[in-house]
Amino acid sequence: MTTFFAILFYVAAAVFVLGLAFKILDFARTPAPLSIPTTPAPTTRSGVAFRMFREVVFFESLFKGNLWIWIFAAAFHFGLALVVVRHLRYFIEPVWFWVAFAQPFGMYAGFAMVAGLGGLWARRFLVERIRYISTPSDHLMLALLLLIGLTGLGMKFLMHTDIVAVKAFFLGLLRFDIQPLPEHPGLYVHLLLVAALMIIFPFSKLLHAPGIFFSPSRNQADNPRETRHLASWAAKLEKN
Amino acid sequence: MAAPDAKAKTEAPAFRDFPTVPTILAGATENVRSYVANEKIQEAIGFPGKLADNWQETHDKAIGRFGELLEKYRSLKVYMDACVHCGSCTDKCHYFIGTNDPKNMPVARQELMRSVYRRYFTPAGKMFPSLVGARDLTKEVLDEWFTYYWQCSECRRCSVFCPYGIDTAEITMAGREILDYVGYGQKYSNEIIGKVHKIGNNLGLPGPALEDTLNGLEEDVKDDTGVDVRYPLDVQGAEVLLVTPSADFFAEPHIESLIGYGKVFHAAGISWTLSSKASEAGNFGMFIGNYDQLRKIAMRVREAALELGVKRIVVGECGHAWRVAYAFWNTLTGIGAGANDPFAVELQKQLDPNYKQPSHICEVTWDLIQQGRLKFDKSANDSRIITFHDSCNVARASRMGDYPGGQFDIPRNIIKAVANNYFEMAVDTTREKTFCCGGGGGLLTDELIDIRVKGALPRMEALKHVVDDHGVNFMATICAICKAQFTKVLPYYGFNMRLVGGVHQLVSTAIKLGNEQ
Repeated sequence: MTTFFAILFYVAAAVFVLGLAFKILDFARTPAPLSIPTTPAPTTRSGVAFRMFREVVFFESLFKGNLWIWIFAAAFHFGLALVVVRHLRYFIEPVWFWVAFAQPFGMYAGFAMVAGLGGLWARRFLVERIRYISTPSDHLMLALLLLIGLTGLGMKFLMHTDIVAVKAFFLGLLRFDIQPLPEHPGLYVHLLLVAALMIIFPFSKLLHAPGIFFSPSRNQADNPRETRHLASWAAKLEKN
Repeated sequence: MAAPDAKAKTEAPAFRDFPTVPTILAGATENVRSYVANEKIQEAIGFPGKLADNWQETHDKAIGRFGELLEKYRSLKVYMDACVHCGSCTDKCHYFIGTNDPKNMPVARQELMRSVYRRYFTPAGKMFPSLVGARDLTKEVLDEWFTYYWQCSECRRCSVFCPYGIDTAEITMAGREILDYVGYGQKYSNEIIGKVHKIGNNLGLPGPALEDTLNGLEEDVKDDTGVDVRYPLDVQGAEVLLVTPSADFFAEPHIESLIGYGKVFHAAGISWTLSSKASEAGNFGMFIGNYDQLRKIAMRVREAALELGVKRIVVGECGHAWRVAYAFWNTLTGIGAGANDPFAVELQKQLDPNYKQPSHICEVTWDLIQQGRLKFDKSANDSRIITFHDSCNVARASRMGDYPGGQFDIPRNIIKAVANNYFEMAVDTTREKTFCCGGGGGLLTDELIDIRVKGALPRMEALKHVVDDHGVNFMATICAICKAQFTKVLPYYGFNMRLVGGVHQLVSTAIKLGNEQ
């Protein structure tokens, strides 16, 4: 099992990093030929950075759009962020002070994450409009994330695993020195699903994470009076 | 799929006790379809006359064009990938609110194309189509695109509420571009684009007729005010070239605003002219998402400005035209700063360095008011109790003045400077959250009257509140399409069609022309 998970995580990490890098490069190299920020929009780059910050950290537009989705989405994403921070301890030695500091918060964040996911999933059944637009993959994605969260919480509160050995396994992976992974069904499921998530990421709607940074309606400054936006393919039209 | 029966009676939906969550009525507007452009209309503007006889050929062309657009437009590429089906947009579209057809929910409208994108351009859709909601492009899918991409007014309201800023307008434009590319165009828009090239304006008003109209206008204003206000055409060396929607030349209430522009220039002592070559500010190239048409139509304005030797270009009351002028002209034609082709360079030299960029007529008027160069008798508007409808392309796709949101304040400032009675509609229906009039984006055509009436519902509800609470009897707006659409649909909701008018109509009523006392 140790070898299987070692290979799985190398593959998953490679797919995740390369797949995401490919998509990000693809987004970045595709021109945005016209100035199309959703106005009122900031007129400067620093203003745009602030707008993007509010969008990424506070989900500003979603807050305007739907308070219920915002509450569930915020619980899930903030929970997930803290949980990820908490998990950094498996990959670093010595543990950075702020990662150590975040440990207890990360624990409760796991519940917030699961609760948020539960709320988001419930909407897919209960709200007619959202039921209409949901695809099977939307449900599976939520199931995947929810199971990751539940198995994680399970290992924390119900059936502990040897986390010192888990840490040795991941530190070993980073040094290409494979260490034994504890035999624990909960851990196997948890890690299997995390690897699946990493592999799916670059091919799914999880691309909303890098996508927002490239969304012209949000990342463009409202400056067409000062700056000419000209795509290379559009510039060719000027030759004739 | 049968065309809608023109005789079928369209009725306005009932006002809701809000807030209510719209329910779903699948297929509610699947039979409300634009007329398809005939071969003559299509070919006149360089599109194939009709669909290929062989479906495979159409299929391959459509997918090919889709792929090209994905390479050309980052918006389309990112928007195809980024949606998580969160549902924030689902109750934001006026067409969904008015019709309950689920395919008018922004995400569902996007999904019509996204499902095809997944099937042909993503590994997941190629391998597991039903899992991720991917589907083959069939004739039925193409028909569905034609139906529902011509039930979107490209108003961008959904993009305000999307956590990733996904703008359905960009997807609608891409959908229409693919349809045109395979010979499946919309009659209304493509016919108009043909007219603008052939005659100079969307309404097909030839130069001599335009001249007659303007002469008649001068006489009318003289009779009315006793002052010789001029409405000049093709005057060499005028300071300002005014480009305005052609509806301003003869449609009611549009013409009242044109009268107002002339009075403003007259009172401020600014020489100005209209152009017979660029007698249209509207640019339907944007509606059909075709960059070449967008650019060609915009280029007429540059040519006219160069020929007439004007110092400044001003755009009249037209929503999408202002978006094109404000946000796109610099890119398309070099009216602005930074272009280096010889004609753009020449134009930049010719224009007043303070006004290298196009100005909105409201910016001109508000500047003059602030400088104290215009005087008003506000009481002349006292019979009017006024509210203001923000037009989508002004509100969410452009700006006025030198700060974000100036596009909301400047028209309101003007109204308050020329009239005493002003009331706002509900805040969730104005400014960036404004509701479309229901007729924008190439839908202002009779065969779509059913969704035009229903799509106006949210605006009509907000209007009803200020009519009931404050006795509002004048809804000012700065868009030719809004004015035409409201004139048509207001009666369906029990309002007087004359309830809508222009901001410069109010200016026109109150402005002092120097002959008072």
